[in-house]
Amino acid sequence: MLIVAERINASRRAIRAALESLDDAAIQREAEAQDRAGAHYIDVNGGTFPGREAELLTWLVDIVQAVTDKPLCLDSPDPAALAAALPKIRSRPPMINSINLERERYERILPLAVEHRAKLVALCQGEAIPATSSVQKVELASTLVERLVGAGIAIDDIYVDPLVFPLGTDPHSARATIDAIAVIMERFPGVHTICGLTNVSHGLPARKLVNRTFLVAAMSRGMDAAILDPTDRELVAALHAARAVSGKDEYCMELISAFREGVLGG
Amino acid sequence: MLDSVEAIKDFVIRGKRKEAVEEASKAIAAGADAAVIMKEGLIGAMSVVGQKFSSGEFFLPQMMIAARAMTEVIPVIKPYLVGEAAAKRGKAVIGTVQGDFHDIGKNIVKMMLEGAGYEVVDLGVDVTAEKFVDAVRRESPDFLLMSALITLTMESARRTIGAVDAAGLRGNVRIGVGGAPLTQKFADEIGADFYGADAYACVETCNRLVH
Repeated sequence: MLIVAERINASRRAIRAALESLDDAAIQREAEAQDRAGAHYIDVNGGTFPGREAELLTWLVDIVQAVTDKPLCLDSPDPAALAAALPKIRSRPPMINSINLERERYERILPLAVEHRAKLVALCQGEAIPATSSVQKVELASTLVERLVGAGIAIDDIYVDPLVFPLGTDPHSARATIDAIAVIMERFPGVHTICGLTNVSHGLPARKLVNRTFLVAAMSRGMDAAILDPTDRELVAALHAARAVSGKDEYCMELISAFREGVLGG
Repeated sequence: MLDSVEAIKDFVIRGKRKEAVEEASKAIAAGADAAVIMKEGLIGAMSVVGQKFSSGEFFLPQMMIAARAMTEVIPVIKPYLVGEAAAKRGKAVIGTVQGDFHDIGKNIVKMMLEGAGYEVVDLGVDVTAEKFVDAVRRESPDFLLMSALITLTMESARRTIGAVDAAGLRGNVRIGVGGAPLTQKFADEIGADFYGADAYACVETCNRLVH
């Protein structure tokens, strides 16, 4: 189960403030905490200041790499920002979050992924309005996987994100995502599926509970990567248990290690 | 009559659409004033719902079902609204800016505005500057409201305002912007007339400006 750590994101108030004042210590604390908590990739997102994304993403890469050897996930839809930051990457391979089927974005990000041999998050999003049914999601996923593999991206480097929409406005949205995950994992052996968790609980109470329940449900249908907060202990505990329950943890050895390390709580 | 209006209001607040429609039908059959049902029952209910949502007491699904109940009561009372009561408070063109497909916030503002008695022309999501300009020309609205939820698309809001200005249509319309990454500062910088911190704030500002 690949954990992409989500906390360094400009949509969070603390991070936005740190970006505004170029407070490297604040960012580095987040990077170190997530590294310690078991992140495999550290996501960096510098995008709330129009026109400054390339500069800020590059700055984030530099200061985060100064405190961790974990590889980075460059979180931007902006090809110019990605092109500026990718050559700075030290730990390989980098991950790009994300490409989709919007023509311009696809055509400009694909060559960057090929050139830097990046892992690639592929969003089930085309030019039209977002796909809400599992059938639509699978259709977009199929187009993405076929085109990316055809363009020379290894299937093992593709992380399909079927997108999750808030349950608060559509009670069937999570179900559609989870059903799509199952079909995608079966149809394209070797491909990965990934989701961000927080959108599912938008506008609801007990958000963390809803998020981790979604994680467990998605993992049970084959999702093998997630963009999440690894410092959330209950979430990580649920993740370890879900791996074991899904038959992905040989003799539950990792569950036992996690218990010994004290990360499962009581 | 008042009890009945109170009941309609209460059903709408709680999102009980079937009960709200039944109560409204009964009230109309008994000769109740449709204008009072509209103003006290529906607009009153949505104002309460908006405040509760804004304060965090209500969660998103509660807002959604209340708006749905309101929407279903309107056809019941509409044929009985006459004269001033049938008139709209104002008109708004609304949409999510080009490149952006988020529609939750935009839909909430739309429902709140409708609940507050406005006519709303919804252009949907991923709306180009040209489409906004065409709609302003065609509809002559009091308000042009734009939603943007990602940083990159904030620039689409700037472009749209530029296009409305360039088309010489600005004199007739107040432009409001909103969405998670936006701020009052950004709204000022791109020349918007106002910034809505949330749906309730947006509707309140429209109410203030429309008079």
